[in-house]
Amino acid sequence: MKRMPTASQTVGPFFHVGLARPDLADLTRGGRAQGEPIVILGQVRDGDGAPVPDAMLEIWQANAAGKYAHPEDRQAKPDDANFVGFGRAFTDKEGRYRFTTVRPGAVPGRGNALQAPHIAVTLFARGLLKHLFTRLYFADLVQANEADPVLSGIEDAAARRSLLAEKVNGAPATYRFDLVLQGEGETAFFEV
Amino acid sequence: MVDVRPYRREQPGNHPPYLYPDYASTVKRAPTRRLIRLEQTLTEVTGPVFTGGWTGPAIADLTRAGAGEPIGERIIIAGRVLDEDGNPVPGTLLELWQANAAGRYFHDGDRHDAPLDPNFTGKGHVITDGDGAYRFLTVKPGAYPWRNTYNAWRPQHLHFSVFGPAFATRLVTQMYFPGDPLLPLDPIFNSTADETARRRLVSIYDPALSEAEYALGYRFDIVLRGRAATPMER
Ligand SMILES: [Fe+3]
Repeated sequence: MKRMPTASQTVGPFFHVGLARPDLADLTRGGRAQGEPIVILGQVRDGDGAPVPDAMLEIWQANAAGKYAHPEDRQAKPDDANFVGFGRAFTDKEGRYRFTTVRPGAVPGRGNALQAPHIAVTLFARGLLKHLFTRLYFADLVQANEADPVLSGIEDAAARRSLLAEKVNGAPATYRFDLVLQGEGETAFFEV
Repeated sequence: MVDVRPYRREQPGNHPPYLYPDYASTVKRAPTRRLIRLEQTLTEVTGPVFTGGWTGPAIADLTRAGAGEPIGERIIIAGRVLDEDGNPVPGTLLELWQANAAGRYFHDGDRHDAPLDPNFTGKGHVITDGDGAYRFLTVKPGAYPWRNTYNAWRPQHLHFSVFGPAFATRLVTQMYFPGDPLLPLDPIFNSTADETARRRLVSIYDPALSEAEYALGYRFDIVLRGRAATPMER
């Protein structure tokens, strides 16, 4: 029987009440996950360039070997019992968020194409009636990014650039990924 | 070569748009560029699984958060998480948050001049069972003012967050109550163009779910995207 999907509604400003749970911004489980630890941080801004203090980001990624912790990933690659691959973080008063994770391995795309290492990102906020989907790619993986079927399919250079997280100073390796909802530097969002 | 079974695309009118000026906060937050169509890959058809207990012990009874009973009308909310083809979605995380009976959230940012209830935090979560079913015991949330326009009040509602089997099936929504006079005035509820889609956000009073002399029962099913092509359709 065909049913109509339930409509999305905004998370509103008070989502912390139900969605805060411990440690979801650290995907490494305090360093137990295998692979190179990395930090992803950034700021969420609105159409006035103002920080968005009531946003939530969720990320989903493969483990260091390029495998998702999900039954539909049947690749012959090692699993990591200490890596769920899912993270959640809230923005602070300045619209800033931060994740600690491990560098994801590459996963296959459609056909025989290999995708560049990337992290799927969803953004929820007061004022967003539906969440937004985007992807984070690592700006320093130039060759892999050039060959990536999703990135190379985006004609607009500014839109493509908005998906690249830049390496900044810091240890472990730290990448900055800002999300701009509107206007100058607007992030490329996907219809999935 | 990796075999990927994509999820169905969204149908027009089923979901609200990003820009809906009656809901003032969308004006500076809605993207202005057209969304880029992404062909789903392994990344989108996979998503977090909730085995291993990493989400913490379930909270299905929100009336046990404090030392005593919360004030308010006790209600049971129960239903199933299904996909568009009517298949149950088992083992998925369903999170719930809501205001107390006075219309106040247990949240620093809530400045509504209504009392907090020390016995009610308004937070719950469960993992759906093998049938996709869930059940919460809570109290009916109050309406609250929200300054979208002069004297605007949100209808009584619960917030629900659900994952489903993939990152592509992620959904956050709100559940409303039948007969609420604020519904026709609420831009968040009305942002969904399709009237049938709006009606599905309203729970159904179900005497069979009620517990005699204890709590009223409301049924609310949540439907997530289904797979794009099933063997039947091919
Ligand atoms: Fe609310």
